[in-house]
Amino acid sequence: MSDREQILGRIREALTVTAPKPGAHGTGAGHHGPAVSPGPSSTRQWLPLVGDSFEERVALFRTNSAELKTDFQLLNSREELTAALIKLRDADGWKRIGSHQGELTQVACDALGLPVCRTDATYDVRELEQCDAGVTECDALIAQTGSVLVTSRSAGGRALSVLPPHHVVVVRREKLLPDLQAGFELLKSKYAANYPSFISLITGPSRTGDIERILVLGAHGPKKLTILCL
Amino acid sequence: MKSVIQQFKEQSRVITKDLRHRNLIQTALGKYEIKRDEKKAAFQSWSSARQAAAEIKWEAINHLDKHLPDFVRRLEARGTVVHWATTAETARDIILKIVRDQKARSIIKSKAMTAEEIHLNDALEHEGFEVVESDLGEYIVQLRKEAPYHIVFPAMHLTRGDISELFTRELGSAPTDNPEELTMIARRALRQKYVTADVGITGANFAIAETGMISITENEGNARLTAALPKVMISLLGIEKVLPRMEDLALFLPMLATAGAGQALTCYNSLYGGPRQPGESDGPEQYHVVLLDNRRTELLADAEQRDALHCIRCGACLNVCPIYRNVGGHTYGTTYSGPIGSVITPHLRGLQEWKHLSFASSLCGACTEACPVKIDLHHHLLQNRRNSAHEKPSVIEKITFKIAGFVMNRPGLYAVVKKLARLFQPLHKLVKGTRLDPAYAWTQSRDLPTLPAESFKDWWKKNK
Ligand code: SF4
Repeated sequence: MSDREQILGRIREALTVTAPKPGAHGTGAGHHGPAVSPGPSSTRQWLPLVGDSFEERVALFRTNSAELKTDFQLLNSREELTAALIKLRDADGWKRIGSHQGELTQVACDALGLPVCRTDATYDVRELEQCDAGVTECDALIAQTGSVLVTSRSAGGRALSVLPPHHVVVVRREKLLPDLQAGFELLKSKYAANYPSFISLITGPSRTGDIERILVLGAHGPKKLTILCL
Repeated sequence: MKSVIQQFKEQSRVITKDLRHRNLIQTALGKYEIKRDEKKAAFQSWSSARQAAAEIKWEAINHLDKHLPDFVRRLEARGTVVHWATTAETARDIILKIVRDQKARSIIKSKAMTAEEIHLNDALEHEGFEVVESDLGEYIVQLRKEAPYHIVFPAMHLTRGDISELFTRELGSAPTDNPEELTMIARRALRQKYVTADVGITGANFAIAETGMISITENEGNARLTAALPKVMISLLGIEKVLPRMEDLALFLPMLATAGAGQALTCYNSLYGGPRQPGESDGPEQYHVVLLDNRRTELLADAEQRDALHCIRCGACLNVCPIYRNVGGHTYGTTYSGPIGSVITPHLRGLQEWKHLSFASSLCGACTEACPVKIDLHHHLLQNRRNSAHEKPSVIEKITFKIAGFVMNRPGLYAVVKKLARLFQPLHKLVKGTRLDPAYAWTQSRDLPTLPAESFKDWWKKNK
């Protein structure tokens, strides 16, 4: 018998006896009282609250970004976007960037006027490693958590948004979603026929607390995360 | 060789008196508690969220016979090679074979408790492969040739001074007491390893049955690099990691982050559904998923404690446990420490050898209260005690309780024993707390209060 059959056989045998349903510890009810299984969408009502209007959501995204040390900028025109990018380039003396094909990434690359390592097709990792920033688009922003939702298809593969020391996201404000639930719904409707092999929720620049629980940014991924929202 | 129980007792005795250790742990966990409470308060209802999480995990585990094959079928459909391992040894052999077939030289690893469980690094190193842990905390304990101290915070027992000394010795860096500089030393040392590694090995936090993806939660970006750069990627996970639907993550990701580290969401939550797909520019050419049983099915067969398989390894129960906070992570001598370790280790590695962990508990229930998926931890500790006593009754205990029962059932005799105890008490004072004391096991670290001159019963007789 193969290991697969053995394991599946043991699972089937074990499950002939049913386990008690989870009880309600600490809420006054009995330990093994009957429980009504929640539909996944109903969990939203227990998670952190998100406002209904765009303004409330932007405000929440801004608050979350501040706490996460994400640089979030809401911009009103292409000119402002260009200016913001140039400011970043000059402040850190960028010499080379990584990017991928896209409407807004194209605007960004044009504005910056720097050599670009493109990750749309096979590329050289060492070259990407030398880049000062990775400029990507994304699938969505999540107000509830201050996250950026990316996939290998929307953000130029797996490495572009994690290898360079600065990750810059260029995104239109229509992409701001209320919560994680909405993010997963979007993924489903957009990709269910053929999911990208990589999906990630990026919540702030890379960090660690492994030394005395003291926060340090830029552990292995980007030290900086900038979101330029048009 | 000393038995594990002797070791546990000896190390506990030493470490509970170590003030440096105590301060370090109290400070680290104090910071965690403040953050955790703040993030919990942001939930509209933490208790309902816990109930929902418990029910979703119940559904996943109690229908594992459906969800696990679903997960596997969908992964395989997109080109992932799925391997099944009944034991730790099989899992090691599978991984060794993949690595050998690749003629790999260097391997980069992101944090995986399952890999600790099967002692993967030892096996790989024994075969001459270079394995580098990339999570900062894991990297530090690997350089110290130690096991992780905590399932989420592997290097919580070290000060920046310890780490600076370690880096100076092992990496030749200049001493510094700045955590940021220390982190950058590790970052630089590991960057090159990523670019040159042939194989990347990861664990997984969740396995999504609906879409055939694994989900990895991390703060540093090391797992993302591990999954992006090497040509071959291997994920090792226990069969219990399954969640039915992708949107279940909308609940589990914030709960894991809040309970585990006091964060609203961990920095990177990534889903991997296969090797590089047509039209994609990077990612591994080969993706292997190794599913580990290693006696999890035995725990599954115990309906009473099956919910221990709901564990999402957040570490919250360790953080609140008075035993863990006093004896520390290494004293357990297990891969999984703290309350959850005490509950499952007897199932994974033998009840008689590991039952002492279930006895080393005040049964205060703080763990059960903290657990985001509502595992009935402290009752399981009690059940382990009961099961071990059933399986192998202790003769001394049996006799003691027989005598106690005999005496207590006879009020006359009980009165005589009380009299005798009062009579001998002054003598006991002479040996109290020394090795000559018959109650030494109790009195070596605790007080034994003196009996009052008169019992309540006698007092009542006189004064009623
Ligand atoms: S038992 Fe519960 S609290 Fe402990 S690590 Fe597992 S999920 Fe977290």
